[in-house]
Amino acid sequence: MTVMEQQGAYRPSPPPAWQPRTDPAPLLPDAEPHRVLGTGAAADADPDLLRRLYAQVVRGRRYNTQATALTKQGRLAVYPSSTGQEASEVAAALALEERDWLFPSYRDTLAVVARGVDPVETLTLLRGDWHTGYDPHTHRVAPLSTPLATQLPHAVGLAHAARLKGDDVVALAMVGDGGTSEGDFHEALNFAAVWQAPVVFLVQNNGFAISVPLAKQTAAPSLAHKAVGYGMPGRLVDGNDAVAVHEVLSEAVRRARAGGGPTLVEAVTYRVEAHTNADDATRYREDDEVEAWRRHDPVQLLERELTARGLLDEEAIDAVRQDAEAMAADLRERMNQDPRLDPMDLFDHVYAEPTAQLREQRALLGTELAAEQDDQEGDPR
Amino acid sequence: MTTVAVKPATMAQALTRAMRDAMAADPAVHVMGEDVGTLGGVFRVTDGLAAEFGEDRCTDTPLAEAGILGAAVGMAMYGLRPVVEMQFDAFAYPAFEQLVSHVSRMRNRTRGRMPLPITVRVPYGGGIGGVEHHSDSSEAYYMATPGLHVVTPATVADAYGLLRQAIASDDPVVFLEPKRLYWSKDTWNADHPTEVEPIGRAVVRRPGTSATLITYGPSLPVCMEAAEAARAEGWDLEVVDLRSLVPFDDETVCASVRRTGRAVVVHESTGFGGPGGEIAARITERCFHHLEAPVLRVAGFDLPYPPPMLERHHLPGVDRVLDAVARLQWEAEN
Ligand SMILES: Cc1ncc(C[n+]2csc(CCOP(=O)(O)OP(=O)(O)O)c2C)c(N)n1
Repeated sequence: MTVMEQQGAYRPSPPPAWQPRTDPAPLLPDAEPHRVLGTGAAADADPDLLRRLYAQVVRGRRYNTQATALTKQGRLAVYPSSTGQEASEVAAALALEERDWLFPSYRDTLAVVARGVDPVETLTLLRGDWHTGYDPHTHRVAPLSTPLATQLPHAVGLAHAARLKGDDVVALAMVGDGGTSEGDFHEALNFAAVWQAPVVFLVQNNGFAISVPLAKQTAAPSLAHKAVGYGMPGRLVDGNDAVAVHEVLSEAVRRARAGGGPTLVEAVTYRVEAHTNADDATRYREDDEVEAWRRHDPVQLLERELTARGLLDEEAIDAVRQDAEAMAADLRERMNQDPRLDPMDLFDHVYAEPTAQLREQRALLGTELAAEQDDQEGDPR
Repeated sequence: MTTVAVKPATMAQALTRAMRDAMAADPAVHVMGEDVGTLGGVFRVTDGLAAEFGEDRCTDTPLAEAGILGAAVGMAMYGLRPVVEMQFDAFAYPAFEQLVSHVSRMRNRTRGRMPLPITVRVPYGGGIGGVEHHSDSSEAYYMATPGLHVVTPATVADAYGLLRQAIASDDPVVFLEPKRLYWSKDTWNADHPTEVEPIGRAVVRRPGTSATLITYGPSLPVCMEAAEAARAEGWDLEVVDLRSLVPFDDETVCASVRRTGRAVVVHESTGFGGPGGEIAARITERCFHHLEAPVLRVAGFDLPYPPPMLERHHLPGVDRVLDAVARLQWEAEN
């Protein structure tokens, strides 16, 4: 059924010369989330890809538990865990080529790390020693964005600029289900479609925006449906199925790179932990629901597939776990060292050239710090 | 003598009670925003309102600040009194378009025919270790927009009284809640909770004779502490709590400065183009002949709000206030 055939659909009476630019039917999202794991299609999945995804998903899980532990020890100001969402995080990074760009939101630390950014540098925002710890150019990862959906128009602009320059670069922009309600989300999608910009939007629908369930966020049949109105395809995928997410994203990336324009992908997943360590999830959801999703675990789904296909034995599982353990140990050790901070850095990057006012304020802080130092040295203790 | 029930309460509790009492008193009052319903807000300031008044009166909205405030405009046009919560200071920015283009000027655009009684509650300011975009002091933007009242309580009693007045106001009020004072406790006269000065009046929190500290919101406790510490130096500082930035109480401020002859304005917001500049200019214009030293400002540095590990260097603390006071003395003697 095409959109035009849907009952009650708005049917304008256009002037005779008017032609729809595209048949909207191909834009409609999948009726059910696309799945590979646990279906016949899984047999065709590339063993190498499966192993890579598995290793990254296991690392991702470990990263989440380690970062959460560091929060409890007061080493991080806050951590928004993506436990349960590792598959889409990791698939997002692996679907990109090196020259492509990633535009993450604050929850997407796993995608950032899987892209090659140092785990400690990824966490500086959440530790609170600096807003962005990494150089965005090194791995082509924009800063983790806290104001929701505001990074999406940036992704469109970058992708558009790359195309203007003749580069076949794709931008992948990540946003949560709640973020799709923001004006910036709509403006970004519209720009991308009008410009046919090589952008892929990945909505991780994890069920909640802090306490607000999806049903209070949107009345659309799915978030992927939102694509249709802008004139881009919408895809619906099981966000806990790393292979399916990778497949759908890779397709969308290929399409964008070939000049086919943007795609909106909705990965249906679940935020198993609370919004952040500061949130009490028992106030707005039942344990049963969480348990049901725990049973649809992205790590288990992959592990089952790999084991069934004989691609994974105890030894291989062990090796992957050890690699994740080593990453976690390194993260723990380095995060347990106090970051070396120079308060004078505050003034270094406000402008390319500090204003006279900032130079004055810098001098004031310098005097204060020197006095603090004197106090400490003069302290007989 | 009558006895009054004076009991301890937090600022957050007083704000909740203000909304509850306003909703009970007037069915036109509606609370809305992100997570204000089931969760009771991320700071729990709307806790219990949805349970008591139903989801139509305390509504979890879609996550869209421009939409929230824009919808509030329409609701107010139809006779409701929306109280909207912006989750954090920096997340109110998407709503700026509505605030500046419509909320602030609807009365003026319609020659008084369509006033908008909207209260925009914004938790603001730093000092709670929040990550990027969770600690902005945006009062200067609001102050620079004619048509808005800009109010910020620093005490538990004011939190209740000013919020009730804001909700009752026929004009839009940007109600800035100093989030680091949410959990500050005060003994509070729960029997006569509304008995505070009206919006637009400043209050002398501590009388003194040497100089006036002019402040508001999160910086009030800092100034009170500085005034205590200053006694050791032989300075007797007066502390004025503005409570309302728009309208501005020239009378109370100038009366104080004329008495003391010296003034320091203290706030977290950036100094350049910040509220202190306006305040200093007003004092100079009105009290020039009474001044024994230039009006000084102690403000946050002119930076995007720093990461939490460095915020203590940015926020004006007691020492920085006392240093300014010392400079006042010096200026006065030379
Ligand atoms: C513009 C803006 N408004 C409000 C917030 C506060 N906030 C932080 S996370 C969040 C919920 C986000 O939900 P969603 O987009 O579904 O992403 P998730 O956290 O589930 O990954 C809110 C309201 C914000 N960061 N930015």
